[in-house]
Amino acid sequence: MCKKTFSFGGLHLNKHKISALSPIQDAGVPPFVYIPIKQHIGSPAQIIVKQGDKVKIGTLLAQAYGTISANIHSSVAGEIKKIEEVQSESGYFEQVITIQTTADDYEAGIDTSTQISNDIPQNSAEIIELIKAAGIVGMGGAGFPTPIKTSIPANKSVQYLIINGIECEPYLTADGALMLEKPEEIVIGAKILNKILGIQNAIIAIDENKPLAIEKITQITKRYVGVNVTVCKSKYPQGGERQLINDVTGREVPSGKLPIDVGCVVQNVGTVFAVYEAVMKHKPLYERIVTVSGDTNLTTAGNYRVRVGTPADYLLNLAHTKQSQIGKLLFGGPMMGISSVSLQAPINKTTGGLIVIGTQDSLRAEESGCIRCGKCAEVCPMGLMPFAIASNLRRNNTAPLKALHAADCIGCGCCAYICPAKIPLVDYCKLGKYEANKQK
Amino acid sequence: MSDIIWLNILITGGIALCAAITLYITAQKFALRVDPKEQKIEDILPQANCGGCGFAGCKDFAHACVNASAADFAKLYCPVGHSEVMHKVSQILGFDAPKRKNTCAVLRCNGTCQAAPKKIDYNGLKNCRVANLVMIGETGCPDGCLRYGDCLSACQFGALTINAKTGLPQIDADKCTSCGACVKICPRHLFEIRPISDDNQQVFVACSNKQKGAQAKNNCHNACIACKKCASLCADIKVEQNLSYIPTSVSPSEFGQELANNCPTGAIIYKSQVKKGKKNV
Ligand code: SF4
Ligand code: SF4
Ligand code: SF4
Repeated sequence: MCKKTFSFGGLHLNKHKISALSPIQDAGVPPFVYIPIKQHIGSPAQIIVKQGDKVKIGTLLAQAYGTISANIHSSVAGEIKKIEEVQSESGYFEQVITIQTTADDYEAGIDTSTQISNDIPQNSAEIIELIKAAGIVGMGGAGFPTPIKTSIPANKSVQYLIINGIECEPYLTADGALMLEKPEEIVIGAKILNKILGIQNAIIAIDENKPLAIEKITQITKRYVGVNVTVCKSKYPQGGERQLINDVTGREVPSGKLPIDVGCVVQNVGTVFAVYEAVMKHKPLYERIVTVSGDTNLTTAGNYRVRVGTPADYLLNLAHTKQSQIGKLLFGGPMMGISSVSLQAPINKTTGGLIVIGTQDSLRAEESGCIRCGKCAEVCPMGLMPFAIASNLRRNNTAPLKALHAADCIGCGCCAYICPAKIPLVDYCKLGKYEANKQK
Repeated sequence: MSDIIWLNILITGGIALCAAITLYITAQKFALRVDPKEQKIEDILPQANCGGCGFAGCKDFAHACVNASAADFAKLYCPVGHSEVMHKVSQILGFDAPKRKNTCAVLRCNGTCQAAPKKIDYNGLKNCRVANLVMIGETGCPDGCLRYGDCLSACQFGALTINAKTGLPQIDADKCTSCGACVKICPRHLFEIRPISDDNQQVFVACSNKQKGAQAKNNCHNACIACKKCASLCADIKVEQNLSYIPTSVSPSEFGQELANNCPTGAIIYKSQVKKGKKNV
């Protein structure tokens, strides 16, 4: 089988997939959950419950507000104790609904059986309504509401639906574990998306270091027309939306354009599984798979099914993490994740992993002068020149940022990783992107 | 042999002559005609090209002056050249000189190292705009100064320095031209250009934190806790979203001392700002 990869840049990283074969464990119900009302890009949902209300699993807590937004459901049964502000992983305060939990009790209509059903509803509009109601957002990290991504504007057409089963970040295994345990559900989810997009061309892209998942899913796709598997090389950032499109279709998304402009829709496997559950099981998005991993002296690695709103420290306790020795706790992978300010920050719909790093490894190496080796430009998958962006910003010169396409940076971190002078290039590129967007 | 030399001189000389004539004609025909008044005004302007007037640079501002009606001209102002330069410009155009009070930038944060000690370690790029994107800031205040000094690099008049004791940027009112570069760059919008009273005073709330009192105080002793004492002393002061704001209409000489003395946290700053050689007109 020919293995595809994107045309330029990228890195071969040490994978550290410690929990790759760990089965998904249920993290259970913490005594309190803190459910943020904004777990997506766009405007926060509007709260429709109040203090003292009794809720069940799947009760709508906050309703999508505005064009880009998503519904938020309760992930537990219990009583609403407070509507308050707690620190998110970035340290900024976000509004949450705090629920004291009781024994699990589901809203009527939610099918909790694990039996596979593949009797897809005929009406696309009905399916989109179900996805909307379930509050599904992109679970790969960006959190873009799925119904919007799958509603294609009249002047555009789709040829490819790409299901992103690539987990190129080191340590993270949540998507891989899901593909091993729920392969058929994912394929049916892809069929459902095929249906609403009106195409017969879903491609599940999996990277080569998941042979078991490739085998399982390839077997199943034989029984479902219109869903195929493509194997990609494991190279970082293979899972980036633009890189993946380039691998699978050979097309390049032009600067400032969206995947839909080249006829592609990309969805993460987690999202596709959530679509399956929403449509076939009437289950809103209130839990997800989270990898806990990192320094093996500090934590046991594993994959957990976690209720949205679970505080990070509850999950760390489950994984026997030595919390007092944590140097850095990352929400997301080590390349693009956010170093968390608070150990109690709640898990949301887009949190793919908690990575624990020891004190020693969490420090940055000392920076020295640029030696003009050009390695950053070589590895940049977007074809940028990070050294030029950085040196201009050092001189406070923002004029050339547009010509340097600073706004195209995807923040993958390849440049900073490779830099032998240890210049914090991603930080500069972040600044460059911010300044370039300001100029627009 | 000498023939070749002569021929060469003739040919190159001929080409040069043709080129010279063409260039001369083009220069005459396509000459950029600048209004002599515009040129004169441009020469008077300080050539700081800071954009403080709201135009792309001094040349652009001169152009706007020449094309302005008397009413429009009253709205134009070069904060760097101040009344002196504006007086000269108005003479050229034959208008009345626009009148402005002295102004200077103030920092609406008093989260000094003492009042707001560091709680969180940040080892990313020491740059306010980057840090603001990724985290709340080392002091734990979501609205306060990050102390990495982006504003220093934006001020081309050297009016800003980081005070070694407080860790905060400090404004030299004498050097500040009110160009607004710091206002634009600070990711937390901490700067405000405020008028200086006739007796060289300013009074303002040096806090931008919109959290509830207890929470704000938790991070910084100098934070505004929205107790509304100031509002009870002066009816013009509004306290909204847990934060007080003193409008520029409040007279520093009349209320300043009283407000500063009665603020329980020290969020209100009342101080004299002397601009040497620059009088209010
Ligand atoms: S972080 Fe941005 S500039 Fe650096 S390699 Fe990735 S895309 Fe290129
Ligand atoms: S005032 Fe603003 S720009 Fe200046 S150091 Fe503070 S946060 Fe940074
Ligand atoms: S302190 Fe601010 S307003 Fe004053 S001159 Fe410097 S940048 Fe301009």
